[in-house]
Amino acid sequence: VLALGTVGASRRVSLQRGLLFLCALVLLLLSEAVEPLGASGSPGGAGDSSGGSHGLQKGCEADVTKSKHPTNRTKKPFPVLSFDYEHVKTPFEISLWVLLASLMKLGFHLIPRLSSIVPESCLLIVVGLLVGGLIKVVGETPPVLDSQVFFLFLLPPIILDAGYFLPIRPFSENLGTILMFAVVGTLWNSFFMGGLLYGVCQIKGTDLNTVNLLACLLFGSIISAVDPVAVLAVFEEIHINELLHILVFGESLLNDAVTVVLYHLFEEYAGVGSVSILDVFLGVVCFLVVALGGVLVGAFYGILAAFTSRFTSHTRVIEPLFVFVYSYMAYLSAEVFHLSGIMALIACGAVMRPYVEANISHKSHTTIKYFLKMWSSVSETLIFIFLGVSTVAGNHSWNWTFVTVTIILCLVSRVLGVVGLTYVINKFRIVKLTTKDQFIVAYGGLRGAIAFSLGYLLDKSHFPMRDMFLTAIITVIFFTVFVQGMTIRPLVDLLAVKKKQETKRSINEEIHTQFLDHLLTGIEDICGHYGHHHWKDKLNRFNKKYVKKCLIAGERSKEPQLIAFYHKMEMKQAIELVESGGGVKLPSAVPSTVSMQNIQPKKPPSDRAIPQISKGREEEIRKILRNNLQKTRQRLRSYNRHTLVADPYEDGWNDLLFKRQKLMEIEKKVMCVSVSLTHVPNWWLHSSDPQAYSSKPTSDDLPTIKVDLASPQSPDSVNLVNEFQKAATQNDPDDDGGLVMKVPFADKDQGEQDNKKEQQRLMRCLSDPGPGGDEEEDEPFLP
Amino acid sequence: MGVFHSAPYEHEFHALAEKTGFSLEQISILHKRFMQLSHNEDSLRREDFKTISDLASNPIRFQIIEAFFDKRNFRQNGEGSVEEISFEQFLTVMSHFRPVPVHTMTEEQRESLRREKLRFLFNMHDTDNDGTITLEEYRRVVEELLSRSGALGKETAKGIADAAMLEVASVSVGHMEPDEFYEGITFDHFLKILNGIEIETRMHIRFLNMDTTNLCK
Repeated sequence: VLALGTVGASRRVSLQRGLLFLCALVLLLLSEAVEPLGASGSPGGAGDSSGGSHGLQKGCEADVTKSKHPTNRTKKPFPVLSFDYEHVKTPFEISLWVLLASLMKLGFHLIPRLSSIVPESCLLIVVGLLVGGLIKVVGETPPVLDSQVFFLFLLPPIILDAGYFLPIRPFSENLGTILMFAVVGTLWNSFFMGGLLYGVCQIKGTDLNTVNLLACLLFGSIISAVDPVAVLAVFEEIHINELLHILVFGESLLNDAVTVVLYHLFEEYAGVGSVSILDVFLGVVCFLVVALGGVLVGAFYGILAAFTSRFTSHTRVIEPLFVFVYSYMAYLSAEVFHLSGIMALIACGAVMRPYVEANISHKSHTTIKYFLKMWSSVSETLIFIFLGVSTVAGNHSWNWTFVTVTIILCLVSRVLGVVGLTYVINKFRIVKLTTKDQFIVAYGGLRGAIAFSLGYLLDKSHFPMRDMFLTAIITVIFFTVFVQGMTIRPLVDLLAVKKKQETKRSINEEIHTQFLDHLLTGIEDICGHYGHHHWKDKLNRFNKKYVKKCLIAGERSKEPQLIAFYHKMEMKQAIELVESGGGVKLPSAVPSTVSMQNIQPKKPPSDRAIPQISKGREEEIRKILRNNLQKTRQRLRSYNRHTLVADPYEDGWNDLLFKRQKLMEIEKKVMCVSVSLTHVPNWWLHSSDPQAYSSKPTSDDLPTIKVDLASPQSPDSVNLVNEFQKAATQNDPDDDGGLVMKVPFADKDQGEQDNKKEQQRLMRCLSDPGPGGDEEEDEPFLP
Repeated sequence: MGVFHSAPYEHEFHALAEKTGFSLEQISILHKRFMQLSHNEDSLRREDFKTISDLASNPIRFQIIEAFFDKRNFRQNGEGSVEEISFEQFLTVMSHFRPVPVHTMTEEQRESLRREKLRFLFNMHDTDNDGTITLEEYRRVVEELLSRSGALGKETAKGIADAAMLEVASVSVGHMEPDEFYEGITFDHFLKILNGIEIETRMHIRFLNMDTTNLCK
């Protein structure tokens, strides 16, 4: 039976897969079939229902406008169904492509073995090739990746996703190294490649004499830039350690400024034929303007976005929109002035993030995260598919010498550049880059769609050899993505390169990271040395004093980082707890039975000014407590069965209630028995609930029991608390003075500072009603 | 100020260089700073540290200053604290922050370097020198860290310290009966809990690039 079951399962899976591919194929053929038909678009024709009612109306109108003599309308039968494709053509095709891309992505992950061997980018290019081939076979011209579409619509989401989630700490720590690689490395690559290619072109035998020096240099500058899209696509899957990831990735982002300047410089003057010293000098100035200008534009929009988010507490639903639109505006504004759009986007995302995240609701945060990931994923998929299609579509001019020399030079120049730069950089680094690191950095220098788009933008009249360039660029892209992309994973395993540590940030690490920061700053001040830490500290203080006050709403502006981290952690745990069904045990990373009472110091009686209790008295107390506990238990049971109408709740609630009971009893008894006890030991009061991190620790003298956020309460049980209260006050007025469970928000007269903060935090989470208005999940904590 | 002024100390500097691992020029720069702080006397006192204006805004300045006067940091297996320190002791404490080329070390050397640096941190927390960081001491650490945040900091500090302690206990001991008591963080637990932070590569100051313009204040 088991065997049959598994066979059936696998058959089902393969059936699913088959269906999926069939589906995709059908969609494809449909798009091809639809295009030629679209030209005619005659009303009244049979066809798919995409015409529908619109077609109906159009049909009528067309009928009217078509005939030249309005009075001599020939009577036709009323068109019930008509076909009009033209007016939805563009959005229809775009949607079809996006759908195709997503289905492909879906398909790959259904095939388990394939996605672990071949990186997704390769598969997508292959699919693009197939699709392009199919289109050509059908007879249509496949679309080429339009540079306009690429730079304006496909690239920004990926860069924004990268910039918004950029890990600031490792990025800023390694900024010097990254800049060296990005600026000097790219310059070296361009000139080395351009120069040597020119030399090769001059050799008699190849018919490349038409390629002049400037054209070669231009080609060199296009091909030498490491591409962020390709790097992201490949590095995401191999999970190498943070340092290498940020080095290669940071380099791919920051070399945009260099590429932009070199590209424009050489493009301008390749037509003219010569470059003067003045132009070179201007080029350097241009580089600074482009880079810094881009960053400033991005930072400006980032601050605007942060400031706007300060006021969105009443319109939470459109918060994500501000993030996206401001960032896109930053990109476009930078592009207007030919500044580096990529750097603007990165700066915008990185600047706005800490402030926006402090202001927006939890739901908006999730929305932003998922939208960015979704868009960047779709963009990436489309880019690679289109690369494949463009390969089939484009006019190619294959020149063996040129292409092979290009590939070899790419590799050689990259390796030389990395090795040379590392030698210089290691003099200034504490954590030196080892040979293994250098290898990964060199090997991870993938080229991608940016190079292709830049090449495509070249004007054919100025550059007759554009097709040859494009062919070479595509070959290099294929080589790097396929060969390097596929082999980097086994190489990383082979070389035992350190992988990314998946551990969650613990509160101890956070405390000590901050402690270390302050310690190092202090030591620097003692040495009288204004170093790295000193300036970072100054920046932080400036940030806290002025900037945060402006950009963060309300009380959160004064919240120190450690507390923010702690609250975030608490919130996360609370949400986890609720999601796990309010069960007894929190599914924590470290299963343990250690609870709060284990760490609270039991102050021995001799330490304090408390009169000694004799042994006999102690025994008495214990006996009384034990008896009461038993009584309580029984009473609890009876309440469960008879007085409460609602559905019997799970064990967790029982336990909690019981513990609260116990504590209440113990407290009362202790108070009664020895009046002279001046200090109630801590552990009586603090709940023995395993994972209740009391965020607002009670002051020692106040015997209140607060129902903490982290306690397991399902929405039903909260209602029962009220029932319970009612029942308690009704039934047993004399015994133990009733069971008063104070739910924090029900008690208005506490009015303590911390309560307000608590409320505010919760308000931030819950004040976002979401698009659907009041939803169940909105109220896990409120009665 | 030229090299000639430091000639009388040259001999001592060589000895110190051997001991602490600093280079001669680093030692002479630190010596100048020492002289400046101590107003040209031979020993530093706590009050001298208080004259450093930049230190005033540091939340953990008292702990840092105490660390300089803590005998445990003088690498002589001493205990307790002193009232004034000599240049050699100053240098010894500073040597905990010397940048070390980690990639040339073996695993054991790295491990011992880690232990040394974490020991320094541990000593800073363990003020009563009983070998464990109790809950009270940890609370004080967190309170100091949040000391610049007013009332909000004080209340949450307790909660944070409790949560952190709970975490250490969970990770190190794992299973405890309800009436057992977790004494405090021992050095081994401390090592374990801070495994994620690469202390050996982060806890250092770049003495090499010290600019001497600030010294002539």
